[in-house]
Amino acid sequence: MINDVIVVNNLVKKYKKAKENAVDNVSFRVRKGEFFAFLGPNGAGKTTTISILTTILAKTSGEVKIAGYDIEKQQKEVRKNIGVIFQKPSLDENLTAEENIRLHAILYGLYPFAPTYSQMPATYKRKVAQLTELLDIGKEIFNPIKTYSGGMKRKLEIIRSLMHSPKVLFLDEPTSGLDPVSRKNLWEYLSGVRKSRKTTIFLTTHYLEEAEDADEVCIINHGKIVAIGAPGKIKNNGTRSLEEAYIKIIEEDVRA
Amino acid sequence: MYELNAIISIAYRDVLKFLRDRSRIVATFIFPFIFIGVLGGSLQSNLGGEVGFNFLTFMFTGVLAQTLFQSAAAGIISLIEDRENDFSQEMFVSPVSRYTIIIGKILGESVVAYLQAVGVVVFALLIGVPMVFSQLVWLIPIGIIICLFGGAFGVLVMSQLSSQRAANQIFPFLIFPQFFLAGVFTPMKHLPIYLFILSRISPMTYAVDLARGIYYLGKPEFNRLVIYNPVLDLIIITIFTILMITVGTFFFVRNERNR
Ligand SMILES: Nc1ncnc2c1ncn2[C@@H]1O[C@H](COP(=O)(O)OP(=O)(O)OP(=O)(O)O)[C@@H](O)[C@H]1O
Ligand SMILES: [Mg+2]
Repeated sequence: MINDVIVVNNLVKKYKKAKENAVDNVSFRVRKGEFFAFLGPNGAGKTTTISILTTILAKTSGEVKIAGYDIEKQQKEVRKNIGVIFQKPSLDENLTAEENIRLHAILYGLYPFAPTYSQMPATYKRKVAQLTELLDIGKEIFNPIKTYSGGMKRKLEIIRSLMHSPKVLFLDEPTSGLDPVSRKNLWEYLSGVRKSRKTTIFLTTHYLEEAEDADEVCIINHGKIVAIGAPGKIKNNGTRSLEEAYIKIIEEDVRA
Repeated sequence: MYELNAIISIAYRDVLKFLRDRSRIVATFIFPFIFIGVLGGSLQSNLGGEVGFNFLTFMFTGVLAQTLFQSAAAGIISLIEDRENDFSQEMFVSPVSRYTIIIGKILGESVVAYLQAVGVVVFALLIGVPMVFSQLVWLIPIGIIICLFGGAFGVLVMSQLSSQRAANQIFPFLIFPQFFLAGVFTPMKHLPIYLFILSRISPMTYAVDLARGIYYLGKPEFNRLVIYNPVLDLIIITIFTILMITVGTFFFVRNERNR
């Protein structure tokens, strides 16, 4: 389907030193502009799947296409079209926030290299100005990341990952370790992005209320899909919230 | 053009990080200080009259090459540190080629090595190491080659190491013996066969010999202190640099994705 921005067919990943498959014959599709929640308990294979989809980990077998490009044969094209927030923060702590942003922008070919902020083009400066507003900071944008709080770092990473206007945004537990207010702020920002840019969002999270708004929910356990469908459909087993439904599905899967 | 911008910004990041790391800056001057100031100074005062060449100058040229080679190599190993801090993910998920990342890293660490080498020269001047400036100027272009060579050595070593801990434990074993085998402190022209073999398989040997070959070119000490014709050193270094970068990058990229 032309409208499927992510196509995964029979994906398998077996780590070198592992006995079992971390991802075990998984297939799913994500439509353009969809909010896709990828859920599952610790060690289910969520980060492994995201790492393969974002080209930083080699798969064992199967087929994956992102924005129409093959993740093995067209890595560069895939990378241009995605933004990624990794489970572990990937900012350079020794650089300032602005330097992290600038490095990202240059690595994605948005601007030519310039050694200082003041030498960057006006369009870039405007973008940084917007960014400081979003983060609700001022001159701190020129302070090293070391001095930032966890929530600010997360927000900065999200803003960074959107610099090159990706078609798909992968978010691996973006709100873990954040206080409720920061989480709310972050989600307000993300839903704004989703509406204004029609960005496809691929989310993993352990806060299930964050997935209530999803168009599609996919639950995996031990590397296998145990449930997939709209939240309404997932909750069809007599439960009221996604969290209840999720717990029921996982517990039944353990007993099976 | 795009890859070039990426190379420069990756390199620039390494230089910035060096300039912001005060303890690393101090640490880089400790070895040259001990080698030239303490070791060279005492040898020159006690034995200098008998050997027939200036020990301080000899050690200075050796330490200069060693600093460039080692600093570039050690700098590359910091890619492993990046991996552990998860910053490497940001680079690896970006559309730049893996070679661009490695080349940017080598370039950045070469600039850092150069900054350190300038420090060595200034220190040597301060303590009065006799040097001929016109000869020293030749070492500016040669130094770039030595940095690239050291960087290539670093890429090869790094590609075989999985963790920062492994790097911290193994790298010194690969670098310190080379100080002696490469003849940073002593001429290596005549050697018993086992030392000869060890010395000639140490990459640093060719870096040090090239620097001395250029510095002592046309001087009476040349034949006593320099092992090979600089052209031969250059050929050996070029071949090894290309081989080490290609093989190292291949393994690094493979290990990075195949876990
Ligand atoms: N580098 C690795 N080598 C071997 N096994 C690994 C490696 N990384 C992860 N695993 C294993 O693969 C399985 C899936 O891990 P993964 O990190 O994908 O889980 P996850 O769903 O992201 O969990 P969490 O919610 O805790 O982040 C786990 O059993 C884990 O132990
Ligand atoms: Mg995970």
